[in-house]
Amino acid sequence: MKLVEYEGKELFAKYGIPLSKAFGVIKNREDISKIKIDSYPCVIKAQVLAGGRGKAGGVKIAKDKAEAEKIMEKMLGMKMVTHQTAGKEISVDEILICESANIEREIYLAVTMDRKAGKPSLIACAEGGVAIEELAHSNPEAIIKIPVDPETGLLDFQARELAYALKIEKEVFCSFTDTAKKLCKLFIEEDASLAEINPLIVTKDKKLIALDSKVITDDNASFRHKEWDNIPDRESSEIEKEAKEIGINYIALDGNIGCMVNGAGLAMATLDTIKLAGGDAANFLDVGGGANVDQITKAFKIILKDPKVKAVMINIFGGIMKCDNIASGVTEAAKNVNIKVPLIVRLEGTRVKEGKEILAKSGLKIHQADSAWEAAKLAVQLAGK
Amino acid sequence: MSVILNKDSRILVQGITGSQGSFHAQQCMEYGSKIVAGVTPGKGGTTHLGVPVFNTVKEAVKETKADVSLIFVPPPFAADSVLEAAYAGIDKIICITEGIPVIDMAKVKKHLDSLRKAGRKIIMVGPNCPGVITPEECKAGIMPGYIHKKGNIGIVSRSGTLTYEAVWQITCQGMGQSSVIGIGGDPIQGMNFIDALKLFKDDVQTRAVIMIGEIGGSAEEEAAAYIKENFNKPVFSFIAGKTAPKGRRMGHAGAIVEGSSGTHEAKVKALSEAGITVVENLSEIGAKVAAALKTAKAG
Repeated sequence: MKLVEYEGKELFAKYGIPLSKAFGVIKNREDISKIKIDSYPCVIKAQVLAGGRGKAGGVKIAKDKAEAEKIMEKMLGMKMVTHQTAGKEISVDEILICESANIEREIYLAVTMDRKAGKPSLIACAEGGVAIEELAHSNPEAIIKIPVDPETGLLDFQARELAYALKIEKEVFCSFTDTAKKLCKLFIEEDASLAEINPLIVTKDKKLIALDSKVITDDNASFRHKEWDNIPDRESSEIEKEAKEIGINYIALDGNIGCMVNGAGLAMATLDTIKLAGGDAANFLDVGGGANVDQITKAFKIILKDPKVKAVMINIFGGIMKCDNIASGVTEAAKNVNIKVPLIVRLEGTRVKEGKEILAKSGLKIHQADSAWEAAKLAVQLAGK
Repeated sequence: MSVILNKDSRILVQGITGSQGSFHAQQCMEYGSKIVAGVTPGKGGTTHLGVPVFNTVKEAVKETKADVSLIFVPPPFAADSVLEAAYAGIDKIICITEGIPVIDMAKVKKHLDSLRKAGRKIIMVGPNCPGVITPEECKAGIMPGYIHKKGNIGIVSRSGTLTYEAVWQITCQGMGQSSVIGIGGDPIQGMNFIDALKLFKDDVQTRAVIMIGEIGGSAEEEAAAYIKENFNKPVFSFIAGKTAPKGRRMGHAGAIVEGSSGTHEAKVKALSEAGITVVENLSEIGAKVAAALKTAKAG
């Protein structure tokens, strides 16, 4: 799950990573007049998941109370498009108000999982800020990567080596090595898949401060982080959340052919097959390996909630999930939900004969296909009618 | 010959008394696999599915000479189970469990690497994978057995159900598989494509290899580079995710680590340049392999 800036900073604070003073988070208009801002100028920051918010008007500086209130009024509820939102508008529902800082120098510091090395990697660059990705392309030597032992975390000498490589000023040297170690500790203990400080700044009066935070957590670890239950899912649409609650992986897409598939790989390949057959899928839906009749019924209802859907293609290769279970789920759902669109089913695998028989005898109008390609062609044809 | 498993493999199942472990252990037995023991802490001394259950892997290995461990233990305890098997001396570990935290796998990898440095030849497959099968000899996993047939095509895949798709198409073409390895799709895994290719390279039964990949990571690109330099059997590949929507990205670290690799386009390019036949239509994998091998035979 992706955390917004103030949630990431709460984790930073827990590990003792230095932060600028925060005056509070505004979530509704009544809070604007109540917030107590001790010093000006202050920084008002939109709490959204997409990067590039500064350029889109999501970060403003206010020199006094009147200006701060004016900016907060305008920013709360504002619609924003940044280079990371793929052309879509996102709404600003929360804003963070912090003390402003006199920046002398910006550094980039992050920990992520290096799949290739199979361990966390601390990534740093002497020049932080917004242009870090471009820099990584144009001048990859400027990026320093340090492998982190997943059990011991960053070692003292590694932190020192990094500080020397980045030419960290002596006034903040210890604060820097300490911060680097703490960020690695946070990454490991909080089950993060990304913990990023960009920028990590040195102020004119020689203090090290994490000015922003980006933290993504590993959903697989939720069983040992009950505190994550309180963090809202800001990324999924309502229908995606509903799917998640019943253990179904659903992502809405732009086409008109609804899909129900088992396994993420086969689900992706099914989207590709539909495209190859000249159509577009309305969704990605992986019912998982152990879905039961009830779950398939629910998956069906979720697919049919999308008004764009003109046909539904089911592509199941039964391993753990047996074809007769799928067939029962499909017929049961079809009887519960009033299906008005053509239904194309391709079943293969364990108990396929029984599954196909259940479908054939259901009395429902179901088009059966023997391969994914046949099913996709049929779906494209029927959706187009 | 075959890779990883054969008719003499002696399998112990960690988590045999759980619902998944129990169901699939039985399926494996029915396929003909030699399941010799189960391990569930607290249930030692009992019998399940006709085999003895032990409290620890160490005991199970001592009593039954098991040489393969098949793991169905739930995510919070699965990483520890892998290490228990490794430290008990088992060199072939197949972990089916889905949903293990990534950092746990990073710790597992560290331990397995150090055991390998000390001379152990540990193969770990998974996690989050369908397992391994050598058709008509031994099945250690959750794949439907009947779709397989003994033959000379090696299959290695990151995706479970896509593996079944490829296997079934090969069987329908009248061909068969030497061994099928589902390596799983987790960010940190045991065996990768190159490890599997090395096994298939030395296996005389394997005449050609199908490699099923998907978008994300750089495993396919690395495999392509390996094949170009070191692999002389025909390789066919399918990469899922050509039309997948680009994920909303946050932060920069992922992009910095992986660069431009990971896209469908980059993978297909790397594979094609290495002389690998990339099949575009999912339903044509079997037909393409059959046609190519027939031509090769005639030539």
